Amino acid sequence: MYAQKVESTGARPKSLDEMDPQERAFQERIDANIKIEPKEWMPEGYRKTLIRQISQHAHSEIVGQLPEGNWITRAPTLDRKAILLAKVQDEAGHGLYLYCAAETLGVTRDQLTEQLLSGKAKYSSIFNYPTLTWADIGAIGWLVDGAAIMNQVPLQRCSYGPYSRAMIRVCKEESFHQRQGYDIMMVLSKGSEEQRAMAQDALNRWWWPSLMMFGPSDAESVHSAQSMAWGIKQDSNDDLRQKFVDQTVPQAEYLGLKVPDDDIVWNEAKNDGKGGYDFGEVNWDEFFDVLAGNGPCNAERLGARVKAWEDGAWFRDGLMAHADKQAARKIAA
Amino acid sequence: MGVETIRKPADTRVAVKPAFDLALRMGDNALILAQRNAAWCGHAPALEEDIALANVALDLIGQAKLWLGYAGELEGEGRSADDLAFLRDGREFRNVLLVETPNGDFGQTTMRQWLYDSWHHFMLEGLKASSDERIVEIAEKSAKEVAYHLERSTDLVIRLGDGTDESHKRMQDALDYLWPFARELDVADDADRAIAAAGIGPDLASVAEKALAYRSEALSQATLTAPTDAVPRKGGKAGVHSEAFGFMLAEMQVLQRTHPGVKW
Repeated sequence: MYAQKVESTGARPKSLDEMDPQERAFQERIDANIKIEPKEWMPEGYRKTLIRQISQHAHSEIVGQLPEGNWITRAPTLDRKAILLAKVQDEAGHGLYLYCAAETLGVTRDQLTEQLLSGKAKYSSIFNYPTLTWADIGAIGWLVDGAAIMNQVPLQRCSYGPYSRAMIRVCKEESFHQRQGYDIMMVLSKGSEEQRAMAQDALNRWWWPSLMMFGPSDAESVHSAQSMAWGIKQDSNDDLRQKFVDQTVPQAEYLGLKVPDDDIVWNEAKNDGKGGYDFGEVNWDEFFDVLAGNGPCNAERLGARVKAWEDGAWFRDGLMAHADKQAARKIAA
Repeated sequence: MGVETIRKPADTRVAVKPAFDLALRMGDNALILAQRNAAWCGHAPALEEDIALANVALDLIGQAKLWLGYAGELEGEGRSADDLAFLRDGREFRNVLLVETPNGDFGQTTMRQWLYDSWHHFMLEGLKASSDERIVEIAEKSAKEVAYHLERSTDLVIRLGDGTDESHKRMQDALDYLWPFARELDVADDADRAIAAAGIGPDLASVAEKALAYRSEALSQATLTAPTDAVPRKGGKAGVHSEAFGFMLAEMQVLQRTHPGVKW
């Protein structure tokens, strides 16, 4: 998840006839579902697009630690505290192996970190919203991780081997994250009046930003077509969003909560006659505004990452210096 | 606290009041140190450290649950580990001041962890010989985790002490500040003496001796010097905590205090 607006070459995909022999061979491997591995030849556009997508994903995991981390010290029971801490720790782990996957494409983690901290690289818009109550922790697990899984399950079949393998691991952990979130919502929605109100309020605030996570409509994107041809992207943003709505609306009903969209109506004709929910229009102005840096927490999120990096410089330098001393002692001995 | 009137133990080999005191002290130390460490999650100087410190905090939360759960059982008033963690006021907590000291920079957090680990490890070794079987069980489980905590924090103290001039200075400053707090672990009060006399836990002087020997060796590798004339800074074991502690509890307990009696 978390790569919402990855720019690729900007051109429409070439047909096989338009490709030179090397590129055609590459495309035929992708079409035959053979994974591309780090040392193999790949078009520069493929490499660059993957770096952008994987690093956006990694950055999102790292920044994504912050909104939930905000409640670790206030979690209401020892079990909830341990579960939340383990979950936020998983996100750091996801960031770590996604950075490793990106490094196989010829960039370093430090370069990518620099891009994040300078504001050059993007991360998912969702993490620029504040976590105001404990119910937000439930809503994030349920909705945000739910949307993430929707996006990431197909990425397990991504054409690039290291990314695909990283996603297999990430998906296993994300499904636990979603369950713990839904479990929090269950307890709250069956709890006191204040707890139920807290749960409804969290759903109200996180619903639309969750739908934005899938990115703008594909109709507006030439990038999606190329990424799909390369096997980097498997499903369209709109298809995934529809799938998410169809899955989540009944879950909200089960909780006795109301999805904050009056346009939600069951439509028999949707999904090739299998039925699905119609829903209202996402406020894309808000999405682009948040992506441009004007969300409620953009400055705080990036500020926290910059502070952690700068405050930790002496620590990293100290460890490096010790390693150098040890190496010198070994040579001298 | 309810155990002032000692219940008749179900198993006569178990001395309830000393066992309760021991479980509460160990549990509170674990809980409060975990709470402090957990605040780093998402803010540590490197991803690997973020993950490692979260692991330590997770282990300590697990240990706190076991110790406080047992303390609640021994007390016999129906209080759960969560009740003890979230519904006691500051004066009722029995953790040492060391574990509640503010995080400071990552060096101070690392030094605090190391000073605690290097006592915790030998304390748990002693508790494995407790006359109370439950305490033996909890100590054995915890000792496996703490062996890793100690390995990690010792490694960091050595590397940062013998790193750059700046990392050395920061670690020395942290050591100077925290060493007097660590001494509270070594100074036995009446409850500690009763714990040892009942065979529930080790004599703290013997634990202190092993911890000191271990620390001396590591500090020499780290090129750091422990203060020699530090007066112990104590009070936590008697429930007399720092000013910072009240703020920490207010944060930790906010939901349970605001919404009493509900499920989470």
